[in-house]
Amino acid sequence: MNELRTTTNGAGAKHAPETVIRVRGLVVGFGDQVVVDDVDLDVYRGEVLGFVGGSGQGKTVLMRTILGLLDKRAGSIELFGKNRDSLPEEERHWLEQRWGVLFQNGALFSSQTVKQNIQMPMRENRDVSHRFMDELAMLKLELVGLPADAADKLPSELSGGMVKRAALARALSLDPELLFLDEPTSGLDPIGAAEFDELIATLQKTLGLTVFMVTHDLDSLYSICDRVAAIADGKVIAAGAMETMLASDHPWLHAYFHGVRGRRLTGALSQRKDETWKPAPVTR
Amino acid sequence: MATDQIENSPKVSYQRRGDTAQFALSGDWTLIASSLVEDQAAVIVSEGRGAARAVIDVHDVARLDTAGAWLINRSRDELAHAGVDVAVEGARPEHNLLLEEAHFRRFAPPARRKGNALVDMFAELGRLVVTGFRDLHAGMGFLGEFVADVGRIFVRPWRFRGVSLVFHIERFGFHGVPIIALINVLVGGIVAQQGIFQLRRFGASSYAVDLIGILILRELGVLLTSIMLAGRSGSAITAELGSMKMREEIDALRVMGLSPIEVLVAPRVLALMVALPLLTVIADMMALFGGLLVSWVYEGISPAAFLGLLQRAIGRNTFYVGLIKAPFMAFVIGLIGAMEGLATEGSAESLGRHVTASVVKSIFMVIVLDGFFAIFFAAIDY
Ligand SMILES: Nc1ncnc2c1ncn2[C@@H]1O[C@H](COP(=O)(O)OP(=O)(O)OP(=O)(O)O)[C@@H](O)[C@H]1O
Ligand SMILES: [Mg+2]
Repeated sequence: MNELRTTTNGAGAKHAPETVIRVRGLVVGFGDQVVVDDVDLDVYRGEVLGFVGGSGQGKTVLMRTILGLLDKRAGSIELFGKNRDSLPEEERHWLEQRWGVLFQNGALFSSQTVKQNIQMPMRENRDVSHRFMDELAMLKLELVGLPADAADKLPSELSGGMVKRAALARALSLDPELLFLDEPTSGLDPIGAAEFDELIATLQKTLGLTVFMVTHDLDSLYSICDRVAAIADGKVIAAGAMETMLASDHPWLHAYFHGVRGRRLTGALSQRKDETWKPAPVTR
Repeated sequence: MATDQIENSPKVSYQRRGDTAQFALSGDWTLIASSLVEDQAAVIVSEGRGAARAVIDVHDVARLDTAGAWLINRSRDELAHAGVDVAVEGARPEHNLLLEEAHFRRFAPPARRKGNALVDMFAELGRLVVTGFRDLHAGMGFLGEFVADVGRIFVRPWRFRGVSLVFHIERFGFHGVPIIALINVLVGGIVAQQGIFQLRRFGASSYAVDLIGILILRELGVLLTSIMLAGRSGSAITAELGSMKMREEIDALRVMGLSPIEVLVAPRVLALMVALPLLTVIADMMALFGGLLVSWVYEGISPAAFLGLLQRAIGRNTFYVGLIKAPFMAFVIGLIGAMEGLATEGSAESLGRHVTASVVKSIFMVIVLDGFFAIFFAAIDY
């Protein structure tokens, strides 16, 4: 644990990237269906890894397996260099405090106010004064861009985008080293989504955060992800910097990055001339 | 505790040079250190007070997170308010960013309502009475809605959900048979045992059969079954409808132009109204059987003699009195269950509250209704 601590803020991490998440030969399935099939994946310290894939391809399943919420059929998962299966109870508990998780649907505790939700991890795991907890909760709330009056609202009284933000605030509650985000920007307005990206970039810079982000948002991929990994049919079909992904000729990746939306972002769209719709030629 | 995990606890070393207070911070200024960071920050404030200038040097801080940054900024602000000229120095670039991100701002303290305990108590009582009447009002409204929607089903019978009805009859009725049979055998036996034991003192123990027959058929059979059904199925109805309400499924039905009462409530309530009388018949038979067994073992009344005595003691109407009540009880249980379910709000806690309320209210109403029936049957001499 000591050596991990020292590398946290050392700039040396850039030279020999330390692997925070190492997945090898992972297989996960439900009944007859194999969702994740023999997957290898590395996430390095201090990077933002964007994880993409079509709907129902197993992104959430992979994330939940890494978190230990789903059982794996085969393979190994190492977090911070330790295999979580062989970890004693006590250390696993510590491991769990070093990450923050944003679930796809927010998963806020419905009977607690937003503030209580954010304070929950602190209250359970840290011994700090009430005043400090209140201040930290409000600070986190402001960081994620929620108005102060949202603090005393119940999750059912929030809009969809606000739920996302509140859930992020809770994920950030203990200032984790590793952040799991499941589609953080879906359901946010474009301005909010851009702010969200910026916030994650800032946190990553300041806290040396490692981020595992499942996303469909091409903007996020371009603006904050250091690396991208793509899953299709249960396999990681590509992983690497954005350029590698753009150069890939896997049909799904090609369609993803060079489809209408993708092209719009890469600027390639402007090179096309005949955008107007023409009726298909009549064939006899 | 969290503090076991920190090897590098936060520290402040303090020096006074003339009227300048110099603080050198070191160690991990993170939330893992819990109250230690808070204590160290308090040191800065208490020592810095009274100095004209204070310098907080954060160069040697090993790790910093938003919690630590916040405390440094807060100490700085508090000193500034005490008239000290404060500067934070030596921050590394990444710490600087963090200190900026977590700059001090004042948050409005949470509004705390002050009140008098006695006044609060009366207010609570008043609220309770008002909600009681509101519930009654809402219940009547719901009843009307239900009747209107069921009436619509009679006009357009093809809209009726027959499969759903059968499915719920199976759930509420058929699956409830074992437990209902079991408790009624036991209660029948207990009534017989007590009846025989008490009446034996008057040498009238054979009258215990009259007691068993009348008590069970008129009251106990249907009452026990209703209470069991309220706990077993009324609560299920509330929980189902409540969680559907929470996940906006009810709203989804509404915007499709479907009435939740017609689709969800009517089949369940009607299923209860079919299931409860059937269960009551089973309950009656099982309780009589329990009574028969105990009388035989306890008092040596043979089954044949028991049946003979029973025939003399009860009429067909005794049986009907219990049975007539059953559909009404079922109606009340179903309606309350559905109403509570649809009144659920967004939180899990609210769901729990409504399930409890559903069971409590329906058992209460079942007993009240039973009282009214007792008066009614006495009045018409049935
Ligand atoms: N609890 C479960 N039981 C059975 N199958 C499941 C379960 N959870 C997920 N699946 C299946 O696993 C597959 C992958 O689901 P997953 O939720 O990981 O998709 P995803 O990649 O996150 O998609 P999206 O982008 O839509 O969120 C799907 O086919 C889904 O039906
Ligand atoms: Mg998903």
